[in-house]
Amino acid sequence: MTTDTSVILDIQDVSKRFGGLLALDRVSFGIEKGEILGLIGPNGAGKTTLFNAINGVYPPTEGHVIFQGQDVTGLPSFKLARMGMARTHQVVRPLSELSVRENVTVGACFGRENLSLDQAGRVADEVLAFVGLAERREMLAGKLNVAQKKRLELARALAARPTLLLLDEVLAGLNPHEVAGMLDVIRQIREQGVTIIMIEHLMHAVMNVSDRVVVLNYGAKIAEGTPTAVSNNQQVIEAYLGDPKVARQFLEEAE
Amino acid sequence: MNLWKQPFLWATLLVILVFALIPIVTGSAALREDWLLILLYLVLASSINIIMGYTGYVSFGHIVYFGIGGYVAFFLIQQAGMHLVFATLIGGLVAVLIAVLIGMPVLRLRGAYFALATIGINEAMRNFVANFEPFGGSVGMFFNYEVYTAYGGAKDALWLAYYGMVVVALAVVATSFFVKKSKFGLGLMAIREDQDVAQVLGIDPARHKVTAYAISAFFPALAGALFFFKNGVIEPGPAFLLHRSIEGLVMVMLGGYGTVLGPIVGAFVYERLRSFLITNPTFSSFHLFIAGLLLLLIVLFVTAGVVGWLRQKSPTLRRVLE
Repeated sequence: MTTDTSVILDIQDVSKRFGGLLALDRVSFGIEKGEILGLIGPNGAGKTTLFNAINGVYPPTEGHVIFQGQDVTGLPSFKLARMGMARTHQVVRPLSELSVRENVTVGACFGRENLSLDQAGRVADEVLAFVGLAERREMLAGKLNVAQKKRLELARALAARPTLLLLDEVLAGLNPHEVAGMLDVIRQIREQGVTIIMIEHLMHAVMNVSDRVVVLNYGAKIAEGTPTAVSNNQQVIEAYLGDPKVARQFLEEAE
Repeated sequence: MNLWKQPFLWATLLVILVFALIPIVTGSAALREDWLLILLYLVLASSINIIMGYTGYVSFGHIVYFGIGGYVAFFLIQQAGMHLVFATLIGGLVAVLIAVLIGMPVLRLRGAYFALATIGINEAMRNFVANFEPFGGSVGMFFNYEVYTAYGGAKDALWLAYYGMVVVALAVVATSFFVKKSKFGLGLMAIREDQDVAQVLGIDPARHKVTAYAISAFFPALAGALFFFKNGVIEPGPAFLLHRSIEGLVMVMLGGYGTVLGPIVGAFVYERLRSFLITNPTFSSFHLFIAGLLLLLIVLFVTAGVVGWLRQKSPTLRRVLE
């Protein structure tokens, strides 16, 4: 399938207000097909809020979200899922009383391809093998450990065969070995032609894997560019100086 | 799905049918009354299970659909001289329609709020019917003896109601099975586990929930139509009896919520226990007390119920028992 535009997602002046709190302040950026975009910023910068606004968990107060050339602002998330947008959650949310395989089958059944139960089961098996959960397929999802649950989140999103994947801190809480494994998986997903936006706190990981990085602070975009350009940006360094430890780490890793 | 490769379904239907045939073969009216009640509870429990066990919405006032089906069918038979079969089906369809209309707003509520709302619906409906003159108001309606002559006399009419109940019971079990094994059912269970995640994965929660609620309203309405036809009298109190609803929940919890077999086992065990207690001079007044105690014990110690517990015990049973 080809469309005349190479921009898969265009975020235009998106704001989100919760009562008196302006959680997102006229954020704009676009992402091209096949890109990996890192979304970073200090705690409370509005990264997950932006995901929620894009993904239809709640509508933005102002602004527009254009997905695959269509204005999808305020559409409920199930419609976006069917159009090809999938996401993982920062705090893992397995469907605990269902088996691992059933969890992933749900993703395949109701995702972009709207598969039958049998077809979805086959897709689930493929995806489970891909993320390395094949031997746990019959386990109840609630019984997995944290690293496995992270993989399950990813598998469930992938089974939908999305065109755009929103990853919310899939690396958090993993040990270095697991992080390396997960990064491998993310690169392979991109090779399959899936566009990825990832929120991440692990700087070396996000700098390593992203083509471009967008930085949020207090709900506003303060920088956008290649990982190298962003990590030399004065405003970005200042934003992170609020937390000296992170700032030092950030500066070291940028070297 | 290949129908012939579903041994669990066929075995379950066969067992129910064999038991249901006992009164027919022996021709015993007393056994027929016993089994009519067991099948009635089976229908109620299996229906509640579709909205509560599969979808995660505890419908406390589910008996309202039993009453609606009963009243609509009774009215059609008495006033319009309609045949039982058609009157029963129309009763079921009216219940579905009401369930859709009520479900659309009420299923937005979550958890305890939904449960409370369903109690309110049942109470409101009972009060409405008690003041609705075409349905006989608070006195209700009763049949003249001539009504039964169209079915070959009262005796044959009572057997007809029983055959009807057997068919409805088999239908509800088959429906419960197919819902559970379908894509639709997987969607319901995803909603039960986490509605927000289900929605992000592409499931339209409102449509799924309303459909499940409508299905779960249909069968109790059929059972209500047959039950009150057999009784020959219908009154607001017995038609919208809240504690019968709660007994239905006890059966679902006792047998195992979210399983096909659970509500069947629960209905059988609970009804046998209930009729033992009711006929026992020492315990006759305590049967609801014991039902409450049972529910408490299950919720505290065996949350998964009998069938759920068995499924947890062994992977083989988990594969065999649905």
